[in-house]
Amino acid sequence: MQLREIAFARSGDKGDTANVGLIAFRPSLYPVLVKEVTAERVKYHFKGICEGGVERFELPNLRALNFLLHRSLGGGGTVSLMLDAQGKTFATALLRMEIDVPDHFLNRAD
Amino acid sequence: MNAQPGAPEALLEEPSTAVGLEERPLPARARRDGGRRVRVASGQGFWGDWQEAPKLQVRRGSIDYLMLDYLAEITMSIMQKQRDRNPAAGYARDFVPLMDDLIRDLLDKEIRVVSNAGGVNPEGCRAELGYAFADESLPRRPRVAVITGDDLMDSLDDLLAAGHELRHMETGEPLSTVRDRVAAANAYLGAEPIIEALRQEADIVVAGRSTDTALTYAPLMHEFSWAGDDWDRLAHGVVAGHINECGCQASGGNSLVDWREIDLTLPGYPIIEAQEGGTFVVTKHPGLGGRVTWETVAEQVLYELGDPREYITPDVVADFSTIRLRDLGRDRVRVEGVAGRSRTDKLKVSIAYHDGFKAVGALTYAWPDAVDKARRADEILRSRLRHLGLEFDEIRTEIVGAGACHGPLAGPPSDDLPEVTLRVGVRSPDRHAVSRFSREIAPLILAGPPTVTGFAGGRPRVQEVVAYWPALIDRGVVEGNVRVETMEL
Repeated sequence: MQLREIAFARSGDKGDTANVGLIAFRPSLYPVLVKEVTAERVKYHFKGICEGGVERFELPNLRALNFLLHRSLGGGGTVSLMLDAQGKTFATALLRMEIDVPDHFLNRAD
Repeated sequence: MNAQPGAPEALLEEPSTAVGLEERPLPARARRDGGRRVRVASGQGFWGDWQEAPKLQVRRGSIDYLMLDYLAEITMSIMQKQRDRNPAAGYARDFVPLMDDLIRDLLDKEIRVVSNAGGVNPEGCRAELGYAFADESLPRRPRVAVITGDDLMDSLDDLLAAGHELRHMETGEPLSTVRDRVAAANAYLGAEPIIEALRQEADIVVAGRSTDTALTYAPLMHEFSWAGDDWDRLAHGVVAGHINECGCQASGGNSLVDWREIDLTLPGYPIIEAQEGGTFVVTKHPGLGGRVTWETVAEQVLYELGDPREYITPDVVADFSTIRLRDLGRDRVRVEGVAGRSRTDKLKVSIAYHDGFKAVGALTYAWPDAVDKARRADEILRSRLRHLGLEFDEIRTEIVGAGACHGPLAGPPSDDLPEVTLRVGVRSPDRHAVSRFSREIAPLILAGPPTVTGFAGGRPRVQEVVAYWPALIDRGVVEGNVRVETMEL
């Protein structure tokens, strides 16, 4: 299924780096994010867009992951020629990712 | 009163079924410690934000402070350019008519304003406020504080000569490589000068490059007499500032969850309701649109976040991985548990420098074969630029409507799209090349692929590229020169 069925997100910029905060809809779905949405998979997902490395930070307190996608914004700020120079739409781009979610995670109520 | 032209005044009047100016009573649980609460309202999240928001914050409920954030990373260089042309300019001009409109309410209700509207010319901003207030018969004269000392432009060569290399925080290059192109250099100041201004009983604080977050937590430090090394309380303040600094983004704006159900016609911007211990509640005025939920606040907490354990400010390093959020219902979200640790001995410096020129042109192609037509036009344009012998650092083509935002992730575009917009941008150190490019878009209308439109805006504008150079400096070098001066206007 698509990541957007179990999580939501917001994205922004810091220079030429885009940040994407990814939040599970329910606490029980956070382990799925941790397991499925690795930095390596995010880097692969954004191939052709993210030219640098991807860092991942865990925020279990907010059932969230924060990703930094380096060299992704055409130079960033006013240098960039991109329509989305501030990475505002990276959030839903990440939510397109296809992931495997075991049934027992989906059926569990929090 | 200087109402903003085009403001939907009629919409802003109290509805006949008004909830009224009274605040909704707090849930009993939230009152259990009985402590005093200080309410810091967010009124502007950037220069150009909705001008009605701060008026609603002041007039639709009770607040103690109005926080107005005008500065993004690149704003200072725009203001510096304006000041180069006109020595009286260089601050957020919107701020003056806004204060003129609000000043009577602010004095009546004893609401104090904390802003970084001063940009590169806080004194010029105060002078303009003086002219605006001069015509008003007010119950008392407003006291306006100006904070200076963040501007390092005049001392830049001395700093470099003294061995402060101001290396780029990402690339590590020393500033000397672009010194002759520097347009603005400002240190990010923290809470101390704002607290001093509040001690001087300022009604309105006009700072320059203050950090966005300090505009919210400095009033809390002042009100609750938090010590400068009370790291956990300060860290709560930083989180409060981070939530407030983007305006409506914490109260339903740009929020993904249930976006269809959130009424954003007249949204209430966020309000921080803080207690002495640091814990605070994010809320908004009842009777306005917007929404404050666990989801809207969590989204904003993650916005523009780097390493969550290292949120560095001039006053404290906050650990965002310790934040606990609890949705209390009815547009109230409690924030607690935030850990902080000792501030660093550096301040961040925001430097802007000239980095060539750019222009972006656009044309719209209609069905059938819209994408193919746009691609063909792009090929023709690029060939013509080569034929002219023009060279660019970068030529970027995007087809809006066919994956401009999500690129390859959007999949191949349908061959049946009703229309797409070809968007081509160029960047070069050579102004002439960029200017010549801007004259190559319109010819494609008659000498290019068919069914093209959308050139009503005229030739693309040649823009000066002002790039951002973040650096660090020893705080002692800056702090000795910071001045706070309060005057009655």
